[in-house]
Amino acid sequence: MKFIDEYRNADDSKRIVDKIKNILRHNWYIMEICGGQTHTILKYRLEEILPEKITLLHGPGCPVCVTSVEFIDKAIQLSFHKDVILTSYGDMLRVPGTKYSLLYSKSIGANVKTIYSPIDALKLAKDYPDKKIIFFAIGFETTAPATASSIIQARKMGLKNFFVLCAHVLVPPAIEILLKSQLTKIDGIIAAGHVCTVMGFKEYIPIAKKYKVPIVVTGFEPNDLLLGIFMTVKQLEEGRYDVENQYKRAVREEGNMSAKKIMFDVFEVVDRKWRGIGFINNSGLKIKKEFEDMDAEKVFSLNTQIDEIDTECIAGLILQGIKKPVDCLNFARKCTPENPLGAPMVSSEGSCNAYYKFGSVKINN
Amino acid sequence: MNEQININSCPVPQTEYDRILMAHGGGGKFSKNLLEQYIYPLFDNEILSQKHDSAIFEISNTKFAFTTDSFVVNPIYFPGGDIGKLAVYGTVNDLSVAGAKPVFISLSFIIEEGFPIEDFKKILLSIKQATEIADVKIITGDTKVVEKGSCDKIFINTTGIGIIENQIEINPSKCKAGDKIILSGSIGEHGISILVSRNNFELETNIESDTAPLNSLVEKIINVSKNIHMMRDPTRGGLSSCLNEIAQSAKVGMLIYEDKIRIREDVKSICELLGLDPLYVANEGKLVVIVDSKDADLVLNTMRQHPLGKDSQIIGELIEDQFNLVYMKTIIGTTRIVDMISGEQLPRIC
Ligand code: SF4
Repeated sequence: MKFIDEYRNADDSKRIVDKIKNILRHNWYIMEICGGQTHTILKYRLEEILPEKITLLHGPGCPVCVTSVEFIDKAIQLSFHKDVILTSYGDMLRVPGTKYSLLYSKSIGANVKTIYSPIDALKLAKDYPDKKIIFFAIGFETTAPATASSIIQARKMGLKNFFVLCAHVLVPPAIEILLKSQLTKIDGIIAAGHVCTVMGFKEYIPIAKKYKVPIVVTGFEPNDLLLGIFMTVKQLEEGRYDVENQYKRAVREEGNMSAKKIMFDVFEVVDRKWRGIGFINNSGLKIKKEFEDMDAEKVFSLNTQIDEIDTECIAGLILQGIKKPVDCLNFARKCTPENPLGAPMVSSEGSCNAYYKFGSVKINN
Repeated sequence: MNEQININSCPVPQTEYDRILMAHGGGGKFSKNLLEQYIYPLFDNEILSQKHDSAIFEISNTKFAFTTDSFVVNPIYFPGGDIGKLAVYGTVNDLSVAGAKPVFISLSFIIEEGFPIEDFKKILLSIKQATEIADVKIITGDTKVVEKGSCDKIFINTTGIGIIENQIEINPSKCKAGDKIILSGSIGEHGISILVSRNNFELETNIESDTAPLNSLVEKIINVSKNIHMMRDPTRGGLSSCLNEIAQSAKVGMLIYEDKIRIREDVKSICELLGLDPLYVANEGKLVVIVDSKDADLVLNTMRQHPLGKDSQIIGELIEDQFNLVYMKTIIGTTRIVDMISGEQLPRIC
């Protein structure tokens, strides 16, 4: 684990923070767009050692939080279909749709299983030929190639009982919509290492130029983030708007070509609704026509009418970095991980959850 | 489609649970709520309200400890152990951390029809071996068979009785700011070994469960120090839930040091890979001791001489804190809260 421990060294952290202090002149707002990075920032309380002039904003980087209610409702409906085993990643099962969550539907008789990768769903399909295995696929460019490859493998294996409910979303269109918005003040962006491992960072170059924001591809360890912040601040102080790569040990400019190819062999880009944000053009992935025999939305009958309910949760503002979890009146009072009012508190990658879990102040009711 | 930005709305209704979820068995806040909302108030009495892993009471001037536990682990065999061993050691450990010498245990089975006799024999033999190692006797038991599908292979319940011979009072009320927290070794091996064998990850690891009886280790430290204030074995919910429970029942805060908590490299890597926090992963043979600072080194050195405590470390101390929280000095020098787990720990996605 030397690889990781190197990026968790207290002396290095101090050195990087000193470098930031040396060049810092102005107030800057920097947004990270990855739940894993939000988690590291809170888990290591980086704000405690960073100068006050830097404000970290947490973007819509939690894959569970941004999955729309409609999709969760669809998954719940599917989980009650005869002979179906509905599979998905851990936290996704906890987030409620309009009424309840997949974990709850499991407790009232639906067949729901947590899996670690779509390969597990494929294995189930092979082992239980008389069941229909549906994989509820969510997440960003990070998890999409694995979903795509499971579809191709299922085809190769001749499986007739493997289906995918595809809710994948793409990060760059979401970044653009936040930069366009008048509501969020973002000076610089920390781009998510994992997403860029797959996609590379070419597509960020026009965004950085158009909106005049430096973008730094950054890893997940505390010192990765401190370095990423340093590189962003340096550009800002020098008046540059480039795309730079802090996470060179994992990310190449062109990304992972074979993962990209497999993704676009199977999926096409569509408009998609993000929870708490709304519709974003060209921000989703949908299964192509050639594979629609595995598209759960095409194969199973679904009633997709949902009644949007207004709640006191300000997740939309949180996901766009307009407000911080502690600004929410319900935070740690009415809204806790046991009794979440919104997805960012349910998901362990959500920022409300991270603030609650690692925060230095607890509000007693 | 109309591109638009919402500034509000995350339509999630408040989730009150009217059914038991898996999370209620996870050893974290959900389990605690179940106890505090439904069980303790209903059966309230002076012994139950001690809220110990073992109940402690006196009959004819002899002090006894009494505990019960059920084992429903899947898979029933895993590297380093099996359900039988776990059922014996789990109960032995609950008695030991109350400062008792475990003597008798009961053994009850709920078996799914169709369960192979061969496996049953294997588990019985493993139980026999475990009772010999832990030096306890099985003196009563029960067997029930249920229809296929009504339980998962085999469930075991064990109940144990121990005798408290020493004069030490192990009780959260004795804990005070300044006391040291000693942990007997590395964390997370049991939970990760179960996870790996349950999910057949194609990972090459030789992580074995740490399942072990703690009675002889406990006996050693009780013999050297009268100033042990509290002991616990961090099982379900991991080290963090164990420390939080102690902090809350003792009404103190805690400060622990991330760099003092041992985690094997392979356990760390798997946790990284799956996005799990080793602080919340289960252990079955580890001991947490809260001891007066004046005896801390003595107890630490005694623990290090025992095979189960050779990697013992002082991982932190009790502090005054009105919120009774557990704080951690991170490896980069900042301070954060270590919360109790809420529900089950689930793998991350991105
Ligand atoms: S604290 Fe709860 S209610 Fe407030 S924004 Fe976060 S999830 Fe929504």
